[in-house]
Amino acid sequence: MSQRRVVVTGTGLVSALGTGTEKNWQALIAGTSGIAQVTRFDVGKIDTRIAGEVKDFEPEKFIEKREVRRMDLYAQFSLAAAQMAVEESGLPVGPDKPHGYIPEKVGVIVGSGIGGISSLEEQHRKGLEKGFDRLSPFFIIQMIINMAPGLISMRYNCKGPNWAPVSACATSAHAIGEAWKSIRLGETDAVIAGGAEAAITPLGLGGFSVMKALSTRNDDPAGASRPFDKERDGFVMGEGAGILVLEEMEAAKKRGANILAEVVGYGANSDAYHVTQPAPEGEGAARCMLLALQSAGMNPEDVGYINAHGTSTPFNDANETKAIKAVFGDHARKVAVSSTKSMTGHMLGAAGGFEAVVSALALTRNLLPPTINQTSPDPDCDLDYVPNQAREARVDAVMSNSFGFGGTNAVLVFKRF
Amino acid sequence: MSTSTIEAKVKSIIADQLGVGEDEIKPESSFIEDLGADSLDIVELVMAMEEEFEVEIPDEEAENIKTVADATNYINTHKK
Repeated sequence: MSQRRVVVTGTGLVSALGTGTEKNWQALIAGTSGIAQVTRFDVGKIDTRIAGEVKDFEPEKFIEKREVRRMDLYAQFSLAAAQMAVEESGLPVGPDKPHGYIPEKVGVIVGSGIGGISSLEEQHRKGLEKGFDRLSPFFIIQMIINMAPGLISMRYNCKGPNWAPVSACATSAHAIGEAWKSIRLGETDAVIAGGAEAAITPLGLGGFSVMKALSTRNDDPAGASRPFDKERDGFVMGEGAGILVLEEMEAAKKRGANILAEVVGYGANSDAYHVTQPAPEGEGAARCMLLALQSAGMNPEDVGYINAHGTSTPFNDANETKAIKAVFGDHARKVAVSSTKSMTGHMLGAAGGFEAVVSALALTRNLLPPTINQTSPDPDCDLDYVPNQAREARVDAVMSNSFGFGGTNAVLVFKRF
Repeated sequence: MSTSTIEAKVKSIIADQLGVGEDEIKPESSFIEDLGADSLDIVELVMAMEEEFEVEIPDEEAENIKTVADATNYINTHKK
């Protein structure tokens, strides 16, 4: 039996660059930074005072008002992005719809790195003030991470596998990779997959800040996320969601779906090295990229663009560069590599979903988004990072890298369809 | 506090928490059947009413509060 193939038919994005796939794409291609001062709360003495907050999100456009208050912001982002993806795809679920998928064969795999942390903070405060018998009955459902896929399944009647990966900044790449596996295996025919994050809160910002993981370029927010640049000094927190509709190729073709790209490869592994630092020479990341290429049956030369993990931390960017060189050899000098985190900030558990959509769009639009803030070349980061300006280029395959705290790695490969 | 004041406040809490218009809320409205509440909404409504009117509504009493009038009557009888 020949292997079932998996295609992308819908996308939804929410980020500091805006709400909507097209709005995000246009901002990325224009090289716009979404980073600004934190407005949602008083940062007090936290060293970092900047982040990529979502600014234009109106939850009532996607969710009934009474439901909004029962959901954490991360879940609101996930439902909004899922709605966009399902609408773009026209995903038909149920026998009453033409070419409708059997609900039991439609899954939702949507994760989050951190989940409902703003709800957790609010309820903890309430507990301390009024007593822990006065918590909101909605607190647990706001906080838990699998509520995002749960809510999506209820809205679209997806009765197949329903779960939420949690693997820090690799979360939604894992979600998409596992969705790809599920469709290939025949467990499902379609999956809504990706991730959402809303962790720009006192605990989230303060927590990453005391790890010295964040940029403190507070007086230059737009210049703060500068992956691969010599002056980079840490990542900038972002938030939002990136969700895709994946379908089994023959079924998608049969129903006349607009196919954006094919998912052809997925690698997942671990550094087994350190809680936050990448393994020396990017050893784990390199192994993961190789796994993804092998699963795609591709050679390094087949990849024309890499959407890098590129967080703007001194460690990640140097190590990821080394890993790319180890895997791609001579081709590393030719492949275009860019980090859209230079514009969105690091969306943590939503990053892989956001960047998967960017990867698919790079294939369909024949445009590569830039890495902005490239002003001081770093001898340790000497690849073609598509500096500062988008580039017209027709590439046939795109790799998307996601690496997370805990030493977890996930790499996806997309192909022109 | 008069009965009509209590009823107005109860309506306002319900409208806020269940996202329904105050004009849709009648004394005979059932929280679950007419106003679309679920068991978690009921818990939240009971807590909000306890705080607003400084009454304690034990779980076994809360089970009998099914309509807007039930709530208003309970508060009217038990408020300090």
